[in-house]
Amino acid sequence: MSWEAVIGIETHVELSTRSKMFCGCVVDFGAAPNTNVCPVCLGLPGALPVPNRKAIEGIIAIGLALNCEITERSVFHRKNYFYADLPKNYQISQYDVPVCHDGHLDVEVDGQTRRVGIERAHMEEDTGKSTHVGDGGRIDAASATLLDFNRSGVPLVEVVSRPDIRSAAEARVYAQELRAIVAELGVSDARLEEGSIRFDANVSIRPEGSEELGTKVEIKNMNSFRSLERAIEFEIARQIAAVEAGEELVQETRHWDEEAGETLSMRTKEGSSDYRYFADPDLVPLVVPADWVEEIRSTLPELPEQRRKRYAGLGLDPKSAEILSASSPVIRGLFDDALDAGAPAPAAFNWLTGEVTAWMRRTESEPSNLTGVRVAALIELVDTGVVSATAAKEVLEGVLAGEGEPRAVAEARDLVQVSDRGELAGAVEEVLAANSDAVERYRGGEEKVIGFLVGQVMRQTGGKADPKLVNELIRESLAGNG
Amino acid sequence: MSVPDTIAGAARALRDGSVTAVDLLESVLERAHLTEAQLHAYLNIDRDGARAAAEAADADLAAGNDRGPLHGIPIALKDNMCTRGLETTAASQILAGYVPPYDATVVTSLREAGAVIVGKTNLDEFAMGSSTENSAYGPSFNPWDITRVPGGSSGGSAAAVAAGSAFGALGSDTGGSIRQPASLTGTVGVKPTYGTVSRYGLIAFASSLDQIGPITRTVEDAALLLQAIWGHDPRDATSYPGPYPDPAASLGAGVDGLRIGVVTELAGEGYEPAVESAVADMVAKLQEEGATVVEVSLPSFEIALSAYYLIAPAEASSNLARFDGVRYGLRVDGETTEEMMARTRGQGFGPEVVRRVLLGTYALSAGYYDAFYGQAQRVRAAIRADVARVFGEVDVLVSPTSPTVAFSAGARVDDPLAMYLSDICTIPSNLSGDPAMSVPIGLDEQGLPIGFQVMAPSLGEETMFRVAAEVERLAGFDARPEIPVVAG
Amino acid sequence: MPVDIDIAHVARLARIELTPEELETYRSQLGLILDHAARVQSLEGEPSVESSHGLGLESVYRDDEVEPSLDRDEVMASAPDSRDGYFVVPPALEQ
Repeated sequence: MSWEAVIGIETHVELSTRSKMFCGCVVDFGAAPNTNVCPVCLGLPGALPVPNRKAIEGIIAIGLALNCEITERSVFHRKNYFYADLPKNYQISQYDVPVCHDGHLDVEVDGQTRRVGIERAHMEEDTGKSTHVGDGGRIDAASATLLDFNRSGVPLVEVVSRPDIRSAAEARVYAQELRAIVAELGVSDARLEEGSIRFDANVSIRPEGSEELGTKVEIKNMNSFRSLERAIEFEIARQIAAVEAGEELVQETRHWDEEAGETLSMRTKEGSSDYRYFADPDLVPLVVPADWVEEIRSTLPELPEQRRKRYAGLGLDPKSAEILSASSPVIRGLFDDALDAGAPAPAAFNWLTGEVTAWMRRTESEPSNLTGVRVAALIELVDTGVVSATAAKEVLEGVLAGEGEPRAVAEARDLVQVSDRGELAGAVEEVLAANSDAVERYRGGEEKVIGFLVGQVMRQTGGKADPKLVNELIRESLAGNG
Repeated sequence: MSVPDTIAGAARALRDGSVTAVDLLESVLERAHLTEAQLHAYLNIDRDGARAAAEAADADLAAGNDRGPLHGIPIALKDNMCTRGLETTAASQILAGYVPPYDATVVTSLREAGAVIVGKTNLDEFAMGSSTENSAYGPSFNPWDITRVPGGSSGGSAAAVAAGSAFGALGSDTGGSIRQPASLTGTVGVKPTYGTVSRYGLIAFASSLDQIGPITRTVEDAALLLQAIWGHDPRDATSYPGPYPDPAASLGAGVDGLRIGVVTELAGEGYEPAVESAVADMVAKLQEEGATVVEVSLPSFEIALSAYYLIAPAEASSNLARFDGVRYGLRVDGETTEEMMARTRGQGFGPEVVRRVLLGTYALSAGYYDAFYGQAQRVRAAIRADVARVFGEVDVLVSPTSPTVAFSAGARVDDPLAMYLSDICTIPSNLSGDPAMSVPIGLDEQGLPIGFQVMAPSLGEETMFRVAAEVERLAGFDARPEIPVVAG
Repeated sequence: MPVDIDIAHVARLARIELTPEELETYRSQLGLILDHAARVQSLEGEPSVESSHGLGLESVYRDDEVEPSLDRDEVMASAPDSRDGYFVVPPALEQ
C-alpha cells in the first residue's frame, strides 16, 4: 500500500506593535510579571476592548504578501472556553468572516515548486503565560500554576494553510518561507525560539490516489524548523505503522517531545470543545475599504520570492539567487547598488557573499565604508587588470578600513599592476634571455614551463606585473622568434 | 433650613448662597439615616469620600470654578459601576470585598462635573432581575410601601431618589432596569440611545443591551444628569462619536403638532386596570394639548420578550465567564483549576444568575445556536425594522412602563417567567437601541405609583424629553412617599 | 411543551458546580423558559442580520500608542493567591 501524507500548518504570528491589540499596555517581552497589565487585558469587571489600527494594518500586509483576498467587512467573534491564562475565559478572535482569505504561498523543494493554499488569516489576541511549579503532572500540595498576564492581549495573526503540503520537508520550507515573509514585512520579530512565531501541524495519511481525508492529528510544541520536520516525519511514520497494524487512529492533539524524538498523546479532553462562537457585541464590524488596502500594498517591501526572481533575471543562477536572498539586508542592499553602478551580477555576488561577508563575521561589524559604487569600482579594477585578483582582496581590506576609494587604496598600497606592454616588454626580454634552457624546453613542448617564466618576470618586476599580460607577452615573444 | 429636593433647585440654591454642598450632603445623609433600615437602598455609603468631595465642591465654587449643574450635587451610583478604591460588588458574593483599581467613565465624568458621590446602591445580582430581591446582600424595599419591591434591577437607586437619600442616581437598563423601578417608585428614569453613555467600567450583563442612565425626581433633573454623563468615550468601541442632541432644548415646548403612537401590543391581559386607565387618561390629555394620537401595531413586539431571554443570557454567559476565582473576587479552593473555578462559580453566583448563565450557554451551544440565539438575532432585526417603519409615521411611542404597580416582596421569586413578564413594555427599546423613559403620572387606589413610558427614535432625546416634560406637567404628580420611621 | 436539556453538560460548559438537586431544579426551570423563548422560531421570513449596534457604528480603532499600565501592587491586592508578582492557581487537569 502506498501512502500519501496530507499536512496543513497553522501559524501564530505575534505582531510587533508598540501596544497590545485591545488596550494601551506596552508589548515588552522580558518585563517583570504582571507589570504590563490593565483592566482590559486582565479581564477586570467592566473593561472593554478597542482594536489597535496598526495591528489591522499588519494583518492586511500579511494577507497581501500571501496573495489573499482582503475581506471588506469582517467581524470579531468570541471564542468561549475556560482556562486560567485566558483572563476573560473567552478569546476575542474571528470565526466565519476573517480579515484575509483564499491566498497561496509557493514552496520550492528539491527544484520543484508547489503551491500551498492559504485558507485564511485572522486577527486575535494572545493569552497570558502559565508556568507550572512543583511536581510536574502529579497533583499534590506543592504543585501549582503561576500566571503572568503581560502577554495577554498581544496581537496575534493566525494563518491557516490548506492541507496541500505533502512531506515534512515541504512543511519546513513552507514554515521558513512564511517566517521570512513576515520578518521582511517588519510586522513581527518572527523568532521561533522566542515564540513570536509558532507553528502547529495537522497531519493525516491516506492511500495514494485517494481524495478522502484521513483522521487528522494535531502536533504541537515544535520549537525549531528542524524539530518541525522531524516531528512531522515521525508522525507520518507512526500513522502508517498504526494503520498497517490494523489500529484505528484517534483524532487528537499530540505533543512533540524533542528529547525522546516522538509525538506523545496529550490527555484527552472530556468531550470535544464547544467554543460557542458569537459576534462580539463590544466591538463593531471592521470595514476595510479598497483604498486602504492599496495604500498598504504600496508600502510592502520586496518579498523573498519576488527578490529571488529578480536576482535570477539579473543573471544569477538559482543557487546563488537563493543564497543572496537569504543574506542580510546590508549585503543585499550593496548588491543592488553595485549593479546600479554597472557591476556584473556574478562578480558582485562573489565579492559580497564571499570576502565582504567573511570580513563582517571576523570583525563583527558593518561594512560602513563600502558602497555599491566602490564594489563596482573594485570589480572594474580587476577586470581591467589594474590589480590582480589576489591584490584586490587587499584593496578591499583597505576600503573597508576606511582608506578611501579602491583606486586610491591600490596606489597607496602599491598594488597597481604594471599593465603597460611597453613597460613589461623589456622585463620579458631580459628573463627570456637569462633562461634559455627554459625557453628550449618550452619550445620542445613543455607548456607548464611558462609558469616558471612568468614567475621570473614577476620577481623581476617586484610582483607588480600583470601576470596575464606577462603570460601573453612571453607566448608572443616565443612564438614570434624562431 | 429648607433644602430643595431637586437637582435644579439645589443648583440654584448653591449659587444664591442659601445652601452649601456640605448642607446638601448632610440632608441626604440625614434622610438615609432615617430610611435605610426600612429601605436598604444602599449597600455602601461613603461618608468620608462624599464629605471630602462636598468640601472640595464648596471650595471650588467659592474660588469661582463653577463646574456646571451637577456641581456639589449628591448622587448615588448603582453598585455595578466601578469606583476606584470603593468596594464594588454587583450585589454578588463572587465580588464580595472587590475594590476596583479604576473608575468607570461615568464616574470620572461625574467627578469632573463636581458631583458628590454618596455611595453605591443595591441591585439585583449582576443586574439580573426586576425586583432587587436577587441581591446577595438582601433586598431593597419600596418607599411607598415597605412590604413591596422597588422594582429592579436598579431598585436601590430608585428607592434612594424616591426617599430623598440622593438627589439623583445612576442606574443601568438592559431590559427595563432603570425605567421599571422608576415606574414603581414614582421617579423619572431614562434609558438613553444605545451608545451615548459609555459602558467602560459598567460590570457587563448583556453588552449589546446595557445602557447607564439617570433616575431623578423630575424630567428637567434627568436632562441635567444625562448631559453630565453622556458623550463619546474612546475606551468604549460602541460609543457614539456625535453629534449629540440637547435633551433640555424643548422642555417647555408642549406637544402641539406632535404625532403620538399608542402601541397596541403593550396592553390587555396581565395589565392592571388602574395602570391602563391612568395611561389612557394621560393620552387623552396629550390629545387635548394638540398631539395627534394614533394606534400603531408592532407585531414583532409579541416575541420581543422571547428574543430578549435568549440574547441577554447568551451575552451574559460569556461576560460572566471572567468570574472564576483566579485574579479577583471569591475563590473556593479545589485540587485543580477546573475544580476551583466550578466551585467558586457554583457558590459565588445566586440562583437567578446561574439560571441565566445556563440558559445563555445552552442558547449558544453547538446544535442549538441556530434555533435559539441565531433566531433571536433575526427577531431583533425584525423589531428594528418594525420600529423604524413606525417612527416614519409617529414622533414618539407611548405605553405603560410596567403592566403592574409594585408587587409584594416574595410574590414572584418562585416563578421566573412571571418575573420576566415585568419587562414586557421596556424590552423592545433595549433590543432596538432606541431611547425610552418613564414619567410618574399618579398613584393607584393602593397609593402605589404608576409610570408612563415615552419611546423615541435613536438620538431623538430632544423630542422624547419634550413629550415627557408635558406629561409631567399634565400629571402634576408631586406626592412624596411617607416612609415609616423606625426607632433608631 | 418544556424543552428537554442535558443540564449536566451545560453546567460543565459553564464551569458551574451544582448538586444533583440543583441540577434538576434548573433543568425543569430552563425547560419552561426555553419553551417560551422558542417562540422566536415563529418569526416568518429571513430578515438580514446586520450588526447588533443600533447606530451602525463601524471601524472603530485606537492608535498604536502606549498608555500607563496598572500599578502591580494595586492589582495583586485583589488576587486571591499570589507569589512573587504571579497569580497562583492550582494545576490544570488539561494542558
